[in-house]
Amino acid sequence: MKPAAGDRAVQVRKAGALTTIQDCGRPGYAHLGVPRSGALDAPAHHLANRLAGNPAGAAVLETTLTGVTVAAECELTAAVTGARAVVRVDGQPGEHGAALKLSPGQVLEVRPARSGVRSYLAFSGGLDVARVLGSASADLLSGLGPARLADGDRLRLGPPGGAGGEPGCALGDLPAAAPAPDGAGAPAELVIYPGPRHDWLVGPGLAALEHGLWTVSPDSNRVGLRLTGQSVERRRGELPSEGLVAGAIQALPDGHLVLFLADHPTTGGYPVIAVVDPPCLPACAQARPGSRVTFRLAPGPAGLG
Amino acid sequence: MRFRSAGPSALLVEVDSLAQVRALHARIEQERARGWAPGLVDVIPAARTVLLDGVADQPALADEVRTWSVAPLTAGSGRVVEIACHYDGPDLADVAAQWGVPPERVAAIHAGLAHEVAFCGFAPGFPYIAGLGGGHETARRDRPRPAVPAGSVALGDEYTGIYPRASPGGWQIIGHTGAVMWDAGRDPAALLEPGDQVRFIDVTPR
Repeated sequence: MKPAAGDRAVQVRKAGALTTIQDCGRPGYAHLGVPRSGALDAPAHHLANRLAGNPAGAAVLETTLTGVTVAAECELTAAVTGARAVVRVDGQPGEHGAALKLSPGQVLEVRPARSGVRSYLAFSGGLDVARVLGSASADLLSGLGPARLADGDRLRLGPPGGAGGEPGCALGDLPAAAPAPDGAGAPAELVIYPGPRHDWLVGPGLAALEHGLWTVSPDSNRVGLRLTGQSVERRRGELPSEGLVAGAIQALPDGHLVLFLADHPTTGGYPVIAVVDPPCLPACAQARPGSRVTFRLAPGPAGLG
Repeated sequence: MRFRSAGPSALLVEVDSLAQVRALHARIEQERARGWAPGLVDVIPAARTVLLDGVADQPALADEVRTWSVAPLTAGSGRVVEIACHYDGPDLADVAAQWGVPPERVAAIHAGLAHEVAFCGFAPGFPYIAGLGGGHETARRDRPRPAVPAGSVALGDEYTGIYPRASPGGWQIIGHTGAVMWDAGRDPAALLEPGDQVRFIDVTPR
């Protein structure tokens, strides 16, 4: 007898430090104060779904450094992408970036990330959770969407095959994932454009970004990366709050930088001096605490020519 | 109007007043309803700016917007939403001192002003309600509170805000409302949206 769709599920054995459900997020609601949210490493999210036979935008798990362990309650295809991590199925080596067939009772383990921060774990049929404003994403800034995973959670899956599932994200259909920087490796080079308030920089201006070497602070999260180890000189004061885009780099009063990721607030009052080119956002998502980043100004004129 | 590039695909339009923001935002939404700039994903009005996120050709779009004559909105043109407010907040005395009036006058003055939602931000459904002009601008608290209860009606600068859920906050709390500012299961989820007129009704038991 074929099981009903509601019978398809996985059980969370070890939730890890912070594992959330993510899809393409909530574009179009920023004027109500709703963050975009969604998977931070969009190409890895899409790839995991394609490997699992899903539409690119289906809901998946996003881990944070420590991995996750789940047990299948049905026949399913899973895939692990994003941050590099050892994958085990019932204790045997499994492949990262490949389709993995699981039978009921089999345990899939994503070990702590060896490089990068966030691994993505897709299941055929996608995670079937209540949508808030059209999205299954957990938004950690404003608390919208499903709670972070806890040990023992049972996660329902949709019907496999992808019929009637989510289309791919209209946004974030980006080139292949950038190599993930790690603490020991070469710094990640991020391409930037001048921001709307680059004129708040004094002294060498944006050149100060290009010639600096910045460190990803441990208090970075889905809201943004805090970059320290260096500071920029800026005018004093604050602006009246204004809208923010993902990738916006604010200069704080102490000269450190905040680089906003998917759960960023919709408005802010510190000057946005630069904006990261969207294809570089996956590298930001995978930048480990303690790793280094550098900036390179995009060639050619700014957006307004 | 001044145009500032906000990265490869967004444009920040800067104007001189909140009234101009409201007029420009209204015009943009009118044009979008007619199919203008279909690539736009988010349009975010704020205090002196409107951010257009999802712009492929920034110079062309700026040139077009520059040709618009954006008429000021006639006062009171938005939807009217009534908010029943208990004026019993812990900062009534501070606000009264800033305004130079006795504390018992704050409710009548606040409820008597014309209020309009300028924009939302800070949290889903948190409205920045403009209307505290003419000497009723209110300085924020020196020390933010770690937890402001949901439903708190509070003043900051030229705005009244209503906290959709408990959160830290530095605005001066003058009262509270039972109105549900944000319910993700409701359509629309936000009780107040940019452009709405807000009428505060004093329901303080006396």
